[in-house]
Amino acid sequence: MPLTVATIMKPQRDVSPAIALEVSIPSDAAEARRLQDEIEQVLLARQVNDRDIFSIKLALEEALVNAIKHGNQMNHLKKIHVAYQLFPDHFDIQITDDGPGFDPSDVPDPTAFENLERPCGRGLMLMRHYMNEVAYNDLGNTVTMSKLFRTNPNPSANGKK
Amino acid sequence: MSSQPRRRRLEVEQIGDVTVVNFVDRKILDDQNIQIIGDQLFGLVENEGFRKLLLNFGNVEYLSSAALGKLITLNKKLHTAGGRLILCNIDPQILEVFEITKLDKVFNIQKEEQAALQAF
Repeated sequence: MPLTVATIMKPQRDVSPAIALEVSIPSDAAEARRLQDEIEQVLLARQVNDRDIFSIKLALEEALVNAIKHGNQMNHLKKIHVAYQLFPDHFDIQITDDGPGFDPSDVPDPTAFENLERPCGRGLMLMRHYMNEVAYNDLGNTVTMSKLFRTNPNPSANGKK
Repeated sequence: MSSQPRRRRLEVEQIGDVTVVNFVDRKILDDQNIQIIGDQLFGLVENEGFRKLLLNFGNVEYLSSAALGKLITLNKKLHTAGGRLILCNIDPQILEVFEITKLDKVFNIQKEEQAALQAF
């Protein structure tokens, strides 16, 4: 039927990811680094702009450190499960650790005056700032983050670079 | 290649009475790496007795919140010892990290090294 043909031929680019990958890595900084480099290469190859790459890298670094350190307590036997999808206009990533989870609302505001000099607690805040969406599952051991790419990197909007 | 614990991560130079520190690494990431950098910075205050520290971030493209934690601790150690810490030459993207976390209010941040030297 002509209608079906037309439906089939309709481009699917907006709904299916260009790249989708799932990996499990040990709770190890070097493994996490390798994965981060791999994701950066994927983003660079798709010509994602520098600022969005910086944002994703930073959020990813914080999320993986949280998973290794706080989630899996540096236990090398525990794994981190990562799934990411790259779409033409956005990047999604889900990171799950094998830990007991946590309640993100328990993390004190690091910018409150009394917390400003505490050396910890800024990772989650940076993730929220640099990604468009950061959500935890009920247990608190899976974080899902999404980054919408800026359509045209407008140099007047952000000073240099 | 991931473990090089003995490598020096800082380049230290004395300009007048100010100790100017440049970072060897372009990315200040990884727990182990940050630990080493932190220890070497603390050593400048605790072992070598320097009191005016200027950290030049000219080489640094990237740092994480764990690195910010070390800088906060360094700042406290210097204050306790009656010293001063100034940061300079921070890439605009990294400066934004300081601003988001309001650490631009905690640290004395100067644009250029020359201005920073005069700010002590």
